[in-house]
Amino acid sequence: MTVLTVPMAETDAVSITRRTRVLRRLRRNPLAVVSFVVLALAAAVALLSPWLAPYSVDQTDFARTFAPPGTSGHLLGTDDLGRDVLSRIMLGARASLQVGLLAVATSLVIGVPLGLAAGYFRAWDAVISRFTDLLLAFPFLIMAVGLAAIRGASLGNAAVAIGIAQIPGVIRVVRSDTLRLKSLDFVAAAVVDGASDLWVLARHILPNATSVILVQATVAIPAAILGEAVLSFLGLGIQPPAPSLGTMLATAQQFAARAPWAAVLPGVVIMGLALAFNVFGDALRDALDPKGDRR
Amino acid sequence: MARYLLTRAWQSALTLLLSTIVVFVGVRALPGDPALALAGEDRSPEALDAIRRHYGLDQPLPVQFAQYVERVAQGDFGVSIRTGTPVSSMLTTALPVTVELSVLAIAIASLLGVGAGVLAAVRRGRPAEWLANALALIGLSVPHFWLGLLAILYLSVATGLFPASGFVPLLEDPLDNLHHIVLPAVILGTGLAAIIMRQTRSAMLDSLSSDYVRTAKAKGLRPRAVVTRHALRNSLIVVVTVVGLQLGGLISGAVVTEQIFGLPGFGKMTIDAVFQRDYPVIQAVVLLTATAYIVINFFVDLLYSVIDPRIRVTGDPA
Repeated sequence: MTVLTVPMAETDAVSITRRTRVLRRLRRNPLAVVSFVVLALAAAVALLSPWLAPYSVDQTDFARTFAPPGTSGHLLGTDDLGRDVLSRIMLGARASLQVGLLAVATSLVIGVPLGLAAGYFRAWDAVISRFTDLLLAFPFLIMAVGLAAIRGASLGNAAVAIGIAQIPGVIRVVRSDTLRLKSLDFVAAAVVDGASDLWVLARHILPNATSVILVQATVAIPAAILGEAVLSFLGLGIQPPAPSLGTMLATAQQFAARAPWAAVLPGVVIMGLALAFNVFGDALRDALDPKGDRR
Repeated sequence: MARYLLTRAWQSALTLLLSTIVVFVGVRALPGDPALALAGEDRSPEALDAIRRHYGLDQPLPVQFAQYVERVAQGDFGVSIRTGTPVSSMLTTALPVTVELSVLAIAIASLLGVGAGVLAAVRRGRPAEWLANALALIGLSVPHFWLGLLAILYLSVATGLFPASGFVPLLEDPLDNLHHIVLPAVILGTGLAAIIMRQTRSAMLDSLSSDYVRTAKAKGLRPRAVVTRHALRNSLIVVVTVVGLQLGGLISGAVVTEQIFGLPGFGKMTIDAVFQRDYPVIQAVVLLTATAYIVINFFVDLLYSVIDPRIRVTGDPA
């Protein structure tokens, strides 16, 4: 009788212990804790920046252009138009995170179903592989160039271009995890039990693939943040006067000799954000690795 | 082997055809009449008619596509709207700069990445590993165009060690050429080096704990020889894989790097074209990038099967 009992994807008890194990591993890793705190702070600042920022982002003060950091009233100084750098960095970081999340959401919404289909249905695999090849042939910057030519440059188009370029990566990890899960007994048991393909995918495969999707998203966000900075720097992303860390660096390049700090600060913030995501992503992957404790 | 080669060739050809269709359709999706976009300043009805006839815009779409492929195959990418020069001649001056920059960047990245990766794996748990890992994480997270800005600010302008911008053709003065291009190449190579380092490290860790390395150690081979002769061999595959996969990132990176260092390459041409709405140039750039990606990755796969015989047999690059 017990032989015929169909095992569920993971019983609730098992998934709870797994979750606590992963969380415990994360808590014990100082790098994970530090990067998580940095990300939580950045998210809080980004959410509250319209209220936290000491000045309005486009409030100019032509009497005080290029004030160095530490000038009273302007903690991080002012730019070429006398705008407060701290306020602009706060809202720029907000835009960076927005693009990061939007791009990754785009890539997941399209990539996860395609990855599942490619891994589960043999017949679809070849078609989806050609689609992946096609996407890979257009690097994100070239994709952004094309989109900017057709639809104009904007935050949304930059995020879409980056998101589309990230789809192949999502398809790859979801496909290979689907292939792995499909060969496991509990999936075979569900099929024998008469479950439909959609049910197996939604109830058994997708829930078990969440950890690889999560890791993929954590490493895709910093890549998208760097991508946004590049596009905005080149003028293909967020359009001035809207604040963006990339456009701040583009302006700073013109005035680098007069105000070198303006070329340093936005870059440090971009790097800090990307670094925190990458460190946390590494820690998360280690924590989710079933072999983690033995290493 | 022949079967694998044929399959890959067929797949590449199909992807190439699809990407050409995408570019062709993309140009049709441009706002407004393509003839208007192509005409630039001269928008008289006669000029528009002439353009429609010349580009076959009065023909049905499939015919237009066939004509487009025919022209492109002959190297005719049309004429730049802004400068009036053929796009193909703009490409012949711009491409060598970008190719030189990219090749140099890959070389630098491979040296740094493989070196640091091997070091990190061999010195497991020591400060050297920690340092190499930290540098790789920073290399992945730093916006390299920002590094370029800082390098110009603190290395070129402040010390005068390197020129801040400009370019000298390789054939004109090889030394001066290197002087202009080495800093951009190092900057472009940093991100790639970080990825190669991480892959090399994990590949090395895997092979160092494998049976054949244990055998080599057991038979009394010196540790250095074990690393170089047995374990390091696999890192060649790592470099080839990473370069193939990261080619798109490399092309994107080259565009930005050229923009910052004022190198007159493919990237600068691309960005200028976007801002000048120079559609024939944009079209050529997008198509050429896709073609380069597909063709180079085809050769990467071939190279793969030469390096790793297992792929030849199973036909599946793991």
